[in-house]
Amino acid sequence: MSSPHVLTPGSSVRTIMLLVLLALLPAIAAYYFFFGPGILISLALASVTALVAEAAMLQLRNYPVKHFLTDGSAILTAWLLALSIPPLAPWWLIVVGTAFAIIVAKHLYGGLGNNLFNPAMVGFAVLMISFPSYMTQWTAPLLLTQHPVGFSEALQYYFSGTLQGVNLDAVTMATPLDTLKTQLNLQHTVSEVKNMPIFGNFGGKGGEIVAAMYLLGGLFLLQQRIITWHTPVSFLVTLALVAALFNGIDPSRYASPMFHLFTGGAMLGAFFIATDYVTSPTTPLGKLIFGASAGFLVYVIRVFGGYPDGIAFAVLIMNAAVPLIDAYTQPRVYGHGTKPE
Amino acid sequence: MKTLHKFHGGVHPPEHKTESSRLPIGATPLPQRLIVPLRQHIGNPATPIVKVGDPVLKGQMIGAADGFISAAVHAPTSGTVSAIENHAVPHPSFLPDLCITIEADGEDRWIERQPLDYRTADPDAVRALLRDAGIVGLGGAVFPTYVKLNPGQQKIKTLVLNGAECEPWITSDDLLMRERAAEIVAGIEIMAHLMQPEEVLIGIEDNKPEAIAAMQAACQGTSFKVVTVPVLYPSGGEKQLIKLLTGKEVPSGQRPINIGVTCSNTGTAYTIHRAVNHGEPVISRIVTITGNVARPQNFEARIGTPLRELIQLAGGARADTSHYIIGGPMMGFDLTNLGAPLTKAINCVIAASPALFPPKPAAMPCIRCVQCAQACPCDLQPQELFWFSQSKNFDKARAYNLFDCIECGCCDYVCPSHIPLVSYFRYAKSEIATQDREKMAAEQARQRFEFKQMREEREKAEKAARMAEKAAAAAAAKAAAAASGIEDPVAAAKQAAIQAAVERAKAKKAEAAAAAANPPSEQSAAPENNTEPS
Repeated sequence: MSSPHVLTPGSSVRTIMLLVLLALLPAIAAYYFFFGPGILISLALASVTALVAEAAMLQLRNYPVKHFLTDGSAILTAWLLALSIPPLAPWWLIVVGTAFAIIVAKHLYGGLGNNLFNPAMVGFAVLMISFPSYMTQWTAPLLLTQHPVGFSEALQYYFSGTLQGVNLDAVTMATPLDTLKTQLNLQHTVSEVKNMPIFGNFGGKGGEIVAAMYLLGGLFLLQQRIITWHTPVSFLVTLALVAALFNGIDPSRYASPMFHLFTGGAMLGAFFIATDYVTSPTTPLGKLIFGASAGFLVYVIRVFGGYPDGIAFAVLIMNAAVPLIDAYTQPRVYGHGTKPE
Repeated sequence: MKTLHKFHGGVHPPEHKTESSRLPIGATPLPQRLIVPLRQHIGNPATPIVKVGDPVLKGQMIGAADGFISAAVHAPTSGTVSAIENHAVPHPSFLPDLCITIEADGEDRWIERQPLDYRTADPDAVRALLRDAGIVGLGGAVFPTYVKLNPGQQKIKTLVLNGAECEPWITSDDLLMRERAAEIVAGIEIMAHLMQPEEVLIGIEDNKPEAIAAMQAACQGTSFKVVTVPVLYPSGGEKQLIKLLTGKEVPSGQRPINIGVTCSNTGTAYTIHRAVNHGEPVISRIVTITGNVARPQNFEARIGTPLRELIQLAGGARADTSHYIIGGPMMGFDLTNLGAPLTKAINCVIAASPALFPPKPAAMPCIRCVQCAQACPCDLQPQELFWFSQSKNFDKARAYNLFDCIECGCCDYVCPSHIPLVSYFRYAKSEIATQDREKMAAEQARQRFEFKQMREEREKAEKAARMAEKAAAAAAAKAAAAASGIEDPVAAAKQAAIQAAVERAKAKKAEAAAAAANPPSEQSAAPENNTEPS
């Protein structure tokens, strides 16, 4: 055996993945509380699909199935995708998205550690482009609906595509980001739009609490040293600064920085998606560039683009730039660039 | 309080120091047989200067330093040389090496010892003494100390004494500093005399309060400063300790002396004191015997003592001992033969059990978490170096500064995928070294071939020139014969040949005269071809 003869006790890929999953739990709890039980069905469907697809691909690629299946990475991909798409949708939507993420985005690119693009975001992009109508149909916050969708009803909708006695439009609505965009196009001002019931203190009603829980989970990951501050801070600061700039120019057309930070997938993206090890830069400076660029792109896509939110596309665009960013941001090595005295 | 300059990264493996540091340094009985390797240092192995059957005295030189980078080896006791042959030695290569075996006579009789007053002696004489006393760096690299303690024209700013002992389990420097601080300081005085540094800093990790107190007490009345450094592996790495204490970085590919710093182990200072002030060469050292043994302890043992005997002294290895590690768990290597002897380089033997050293789990793919890069004390990007080494992209690995890796093991230690990174880097380094050697050999072969081609072409041209000359002479003779009306063409040709020979002789003479006057030119016949590569 060659040195070193000791390893960090308890450190493993599985430990890391489990900690990230753990960090998602507060947000999932808030999601359940504010938007009903649909998310649990979505998470379960995604998890099962991911494990089956992962096992099949590992078997096909002659990898030790058990060793890799238990690393937790497939479940994490499944959860991130489930948390990014509407929690009330036909069963095949999340199944198709997750299967594509695991089979194409992960394994066809070489499996764990080798994929260029974030699998969950690839899955999201595929669904967004292929099935846009399902992807914009979000469950309304329970506080705003006459007919809260219960567990059995949600299950029924997932597998039959109908809700007995309830009009689907009564329980779903556009997201706050989507609403804002639509209403601005109808020549309303930001302050008028934000008086609509769907909006809360910073972002969307309920959604802003979920975002705060992502922030909490992210701080836990920072404390556990699973992630470093570089990516989330540069991501959120850039998003906020750009938002502040436009908000300063015309507050009636451009929402406040707080709104942008606490709506949509900003917090999820900053702490859980842009920080994905495999698909983000490895150097501290690279992480800053990556996070800042993604944050900037999120704003551009949200405000000037055709999609309601920009996390997935911003991250995917920046994923492609990672090898370049890494190559140009190599830190100074000990004893290099110092002159002998 | 001295300001410290943090180095990047580092790790905190469990220390396991107290196991072996509770007991004082133990004495060892005289072994019956001692096996002294001739290669106990970096550089050329010592040359044996005794024959089988020769009687030797304790401290007598039995192998002389061979060349500039080398050091002598000595008989650890009095007795008879019984063999000079290959024997198992503790080395990461696991290969046997040439050793001199001495059967002890039990008298342990010293050779006449000659101390040297280094203050009045010529520095070169002191250095020669260090070489002949077999003094080498005891921190692990075993570099001949006499070479290191030669400042040449360089002004030395800082002499750094390394008492950090950052590897887990090892306590040999700790115990030496606790028990023999005054003698270490006496050795440092000799080093300072040779190097004339502006300051002397003794770096000790703060998990050794007794050693720190003892060294501080011993440094009273000197200008030497004991600097406490926080526990962080590898603070005892030469480059890391220099950065910690001076804020300077040793430039890549250079040595500390290039920035006016010399760094040496405290154990080395002790041996310098024994050699110069007492005339005793390096025939023993302090070694930690720890891990899965009944009574972990440090021992002062003779070089050449079979390691099995030292493990017995520590109460023997427990039943579940699976293997033995030489050195610390971060940079040490496996001991494959317990009959191998103690050498100057060995500061620790760890008996390992599956409980103390669990087997490494199967490796997973790299997930680019960069915990390795965060832990690297050289600011390298191990995840990139791994990628390039694995794909045999050695040029890239070199470009990403593979050769700045000190193989400290921090990256392996933190890797959640349990990838044996250091093994990959060692592999890549040796492959690159092989490629470089092959490239150089190929380059030399190419030059030889091109020169041969050129030589052959030149000879061809010379031959053609000679033929043309001959033909011209024959034609001239024919023409002359025709002009003079002589009927016999054969005689005319003969005449012409004689004429030509005379002219050639004349030309050669003139040439010789010219050559005597001017520097000789090799190819006088065809100077236009004189384009040999120099």
